[in-house]
Amino acid sequence: MALISDGRFIDDVWRRLAEEEALPKSGKVIVSLARLDHAIEVHGPGVDLGVIAPNTTDPAALADALPKLGLVSIVFPAFADGRGFSLARLLRRAGFAGELRASGRLLADQYAHALGCGFDTVEIPDDIEARQDETQWRAARDAHARTYQRGYVAPGSILDARRKAAAQ
Amino acid sequence: MTAHDPSLARPNAPVTTYRYDAFDAAFVRERVAEFREQVRRRLEGKLTEDEFRPFRLMNGLYLQLHAYMLRVAIPYGTLTALQMRRLADIADKYDRGYGHFTTRQNLQYNWPKLVDTPDILEALAEVEMHAIQTSGNCIRNVTADHFSGVAPDEIEDPRPTAEFLRQWSSAHPEFSFLPRKFKIAVTGAAQDRAAIMVHDIGLAIVKNDAGEIGYKVVVGGGLGRSPFIGKVIRDFAPRADLLAYLEAIMRVYNRFGRRDNKYKARIKILVHEKGIDEVRAAVEAEFAAMDRSVFAYDPAEFDRIAAFFAPPPYETLPADSQKLRAARVEHPAFGNFVEVNVAPHKIPGYAVVTVSLKPIGGIPGDATSAQMRALAEASERFGFGELRVSHEQNIILPHVKQDDLFDLWKLLDAAGLATANAGLVSDIISCPGLDYCSLATARSIPIAQAISKRFSDLSRQRRIGKLGIKISGCINACGHHHVGAIGILGLEKKGQESYQITLGGDPTFSASIGEILGPGVTAEQAPDVIEHLVDFYLAERHEGETFIETWRRIGHARFKDVLRREGEDGADI
Ligand code: HEM
Ligand code: SF4
Repeated sequence: MALISDGRFIDDVWRRLAEEEALPKSGKVIVSLARLDHAIEVHGPGVDLGVIAPNTTDPAALADALPKLGLVSIVFPAFADGRGFSLARLLRRAGFAGELRASGRLLADQYAHALGCGFDTVEIPDDIEARQDETQWRAARDAHARTYQRGYVAPGSILDARRKAAAQ
Repeated sequence: MTAHDPSLARPNAPVTTYRYDAFDAAFVRERVAEFREQVRRRLEGKLTEDEFRPFRLMNGLYLQLHAYMLRVAIPYGTLTALQMRRLADIADKYDRGYGHFTTRQNLQYNWPKLVDTPDILEALAEVEMHAIQTSGNCIRNVTADHFSGVAPDEIEDPRPTAEFLRQWSSAHPEFSFLPRKFKIAVTGAAQDRAAIMVHDIGLAIVKNDAGEIGYKVVVGGGLGRSPFIGKVIRDFAPRADLLAYLEAIMRVYNRFGRRDNKYKARIKILVHEKGIDEVRAAVEAEFAAMDRSVFAYDPAEFDRIAAFFAPPPYETLPADSQKLRAARVEHPAFGNFVEVNVAPHKIPGYAVVTVSLKPIGGIPGDATSAQMRALAEASERFGFGELRVSHEQNIILPHVKQDDLFDLWKLLDAAGLATANAGLVSDIISCPGLDYCSLATARSIPIAQAISKRFSDLSRQRRIGKLGIKISGCINACGHHHVGAIGILGLEKKGQESYQITLGGDPTFSASIGEILGPGVTAEQAPDVIEHLVDFYLAERHEGETFIETWRRIGHARFKDVLRREGEDGADI
């Protein structure tokens, strides 16, 4: 597993709790969606909670939990399954301000798409990491310096740049 | 950059097509550089073939039966002479000296090499072209009426809208990994020449009672394995809402479109399974919930784009050209060409010319590099340097002076491009079929050629009148057979090619899916059967009735009888 943030491989400060593992007294832990309600109820003050959510999750079902969460990790079961991009947008729209993570099988070539839809970090399995190093992730991100869309997280919206230029 | 006057930016460039500004140019170059990197990483093994596939498809590159196939986008079908020449140069340098114009207003090269494709994309970028999103599960190249801007029945030129959509859909962060490909077509006229009813989203520019321009939005049309006519999801979306509304449709489709079966992953299946009312409710809810301020309609930007499509500097001419009249009488072959391939223009003294890429016995949609250059020259001499690709796989010269028609015809004739069959029975739409396509179950080009030869007599074709034959080599329906007045679908039955015939398809606002005539026929029988159907129509038609009108009037069963009678005559059909 590797975790990518801002174009670098970084250490993961979050720990994914196994299904049978008890909730610890402190630390940053990620629980399954099935366990989330219970974990919110019982977790102590020293614990930061995150959840791992399938890409079919209904954002409305997460709405109450979102303000209490430090991380949501949306699963990409296959890189060609783009549902996670829309779900990320909806969670951001619902006001989620914590770390939004893409996990599963995203490829470097989709990094800009992920960032654009509001993800902060991407977690990839070993086999993808072995073939796609940091430089490829950064290159793929930088290859999309310009976008035509507005309302997405992007460094250079062409439409905004045009407006600015026209106003000058 | 300032909001610029396109004619100042490039003195000799035509003023009737969109020109890239520095941002567009940089964007396309970024895509080329990205793809060059991806090809390198693929060749080095950093990307597996599975991982590489969606990225090569997003750049128009297929792996076909014999070779790679590159599909070049011709957004809304509009091309300049400069671009057409570049397409010819690429055909010579990287392919076998020809290209294939498709039903989606694209151009396909059948023989490029993988290692050459980044260079081809770069050569395209130099003339403001690309292959972005001509394939893959993303929003495909947006198509539009090929008579845009010149049709007398037009409410508004659809190309500024289509260009807006081209930009909005390019490398969209959220919608580049959809359940399936997604096709949008736009028309701005009273008559639909863009087949909007059989697209994932069809847009018709309309005017409401208050006189405001907006869009009728149709969703869930499509051909392929299960053909559907689209349904109206919104009667009127104001222009200011268009992008937000489309984004809402896309988000609903991305989340709820099926992904378990690629044949059921199209939005037409979502609309069919949930019903249009439920889909509409979901879309309207999303539309209401989204932050529409980011889509805040920028009239200045729309005007900037629309200005590129402003009419060229037409001359003031009499509506009727004496020169044309005389030439028609003197040269009957030219007269026939005018009668069949020339359509009215909204400006007096001008005409719209359809150049048929369907010579008798030829391969529908193919053009050699020499023909592409001849077309470029024709457009420069006689048409403000502008060309169009039609979804009927022909080339349109949209602004020809009636006075120039005869000289144009001579030029076309010398290049083998003057076949006077636009819209007639030999103007056949055909997909590549088994000759090129890895998905094909039967040949389609040879069937088209055989039928075309059977009806080689052009005067007989004129007597028959407008009649669209459309052929696909498999159920994917790239040749639009479902919406052909006569549709032909190639199938494989027990190791034999068999052709299923449908009648009564219609791609316009009155869209309908063709009905199956009966059991399939063999390749050898196909021209006979078509001929008998046509003869039956000629015998039955009322004065001025088209094939489909007659079929609608007298009913499918009578046409079926034609086939049945033949079977009884001993033919094994
Ligand atoms: C040679 C390689 C080609 C391949 C592999 C290919 C593949 C496909 C596939 C798989 C579909 C079915 C899509 C679906 O229903 O979900 C399809 C549909 C279609 N293709 Fe192609 N195609 C090829 C060439 C062409 C050409 C040359 C044209 C134009 C002449 C074309 C235009 C279309 C159109 C218009 C449809 C119907 C789309 C609809 O459902 O509305 N394709 N193609
Ligand atoms: S209809 Fe079938 S055979 Fe023809 S191009 Fe499409 S996929 Fe290939």
